[in-house]
Amino acid sequence: MKKYLEGTYQQLPLAGVIEEAGTAEKYETGSWGTFKPVFDAEICIQCLFCWVYCPDSAILVEKGEVVGIDLFHCKGCGICSHECPTKPVKAIVMEKK
Amino acid sequence: MPQILALTGNDAVAYAMKQINPDVVAAYPITPQTSLMQKFADFVADGEVDSELVLVESEHSAMSATVGSQAAGARSMTATSACGLALMWEILGIAAGYRLPIVMPVVNRALSGPINIQGDHSDTMGARDCGWIHIFSENAQEAYENTLQAIRIAEHPRVLTPVMVTLDGFIISHGVETVKIFDTDKVRKFIGEYKPHYTLLDPDHPITLGAMDFSDYYFEHKVSQLDGINASPKVILDVGREFQELFGGSECYEFFEAYQMKDAELAIVVLGSTAGAARMVVDDMRSRGVAAGMIKLRMFRPFPSEEIAKALSKVKACAVLDRSIAYGGDGGPVHIEVRSAMYGRSPAPIMTNYIYGLGGKPIDMEHLNSVFEDLKEAVVHGKPKRRIGYLNLKEDRKSLLA
Repeated sequence: MKKYLEGTYQQLPLAGVIEEAGTAEKYETGSWGTFKPVFDAEICIQCLFCWVYCPDSAILVEKGEVVGIDLFHCKGCGICSHECPTKPVKAIVMEKK
Repeated sequence: MPQILALTGNDAVAYAMKQINPDVVAAYPITPQTSLMQKFADFVADGEVDSELVLVESEHSAMSATVGSQAAGARSMTATSACGLALMWEILGIAAGYRLPIVMPVVNRALSGPINIQGDHSDTMGARDCGWIHIFSENAQEAYENTLQAIRIAEHPRVLTPVMVTLDGFIISHGVETVKIFDTDKVRKFIGEYKPHYTLLDPDHPITLGAMDFSDYYFEHKVSQLDGINASPKVILDVGREFQELFGGSECYEFFEAYQMKDAELAIVVLGSTAGAARMVVDDMRSRGVAAGMIKLRMFRPFPSEEIAKALSKVKACAVLDRSIAYGGDGGPVHIEVRSAMYGRSPAPIMTNYIYGLGGKPIDMEHLNSVFEDLKEAVVHGKPKRRIGYLNLKEDRKSLLA
């Protein structure tokens, strides 16, 4: 994991302000999940429910189509799999890591 | 020409706020602060200030709103008392940790329970470690002047620390005094424009404020926070000097007022309105040949340990008066600080602590006289009558050793 802060207390920015925007993107939140989603593009009907419901914006979408999962940020909550409507097999299935 | 008006302490502070003309004021009422915000609300309604008055639903919200708007680069203020301050407690540390120069008048009132709405120092003393600067006022004039100076102290680039300006509930807040209100243009020039160190509203320099801070850097951030409050004593003196030169006032502009302390043998340390009575008692003692003196502490946080120790070094016996109890501690908070300041000093005075005035219990000249009588006895016996005593308390003294 990248270390954002370095140095002694005298070298810190005032008030612990982070002098950048959008740093959440650099922070790995995908390391502590027990399960991970596995995406099958063949079964997927591109309804984008998984993308709508993902609380971490971890469903990768290109040109309006789901292409995969961002495992750097995915916490393995399983909501995408829960919401996936395809039958008899879901396009996203949770697997133990 | 300064205007001379008959004002309550609350009105005087409202006038100070009017002259400061802050960008945002968050308001929630609590006795005895209520008339302060009501007076300010009149100024808003009459179009005499440009402030955005935000009527919030609680003091927790009042301080949250103030922190949010100050972080966005707006000069923001609020005011409260007692349980209102207690409700804000979570956010006080945040304001200080974010290095936001918020100025908040606090009308000192007793903390519950039981419920009491009258004046004592338990509210701000309860918040003494939250990282704010504490400036105590003796009367309405000081409350007015301290509020104005507080803006300059808080916003100083080396300080950037929030400031509480205190005034005793009902005694100062509701007592009418003649107050000199200085010329608004001159005051505005002294106050100056707010130049925020950072702002949440600059799209060219976006920042994140209040991020998660684990054990690898939280400690370091909290220690770096000390830079501000530790730099404040010099700034408080400089601002006080500038204020006095500009406006020619005769109030206290330093860490404390050392009244008749040069050759004092018996001294009392006191904060707030009680200093007025104490000064008269010292004069009376002096007229009877007693070498009495008084220290009226103005800057409680940061605590001027070196200077207090120096002022008390030649005193034979010293009584520290506390208008609050530090439960489980050595009497009251001021006593703990003064005693700590004297540690290692030789010679050091015989020290004693008197708790008084909780919940607005009156303190009269006779009580202060009794303190000096006890100090005289302490010098004779080489030890205090009591380490911690009480003034005007309904207590059974027969159980005490003489």
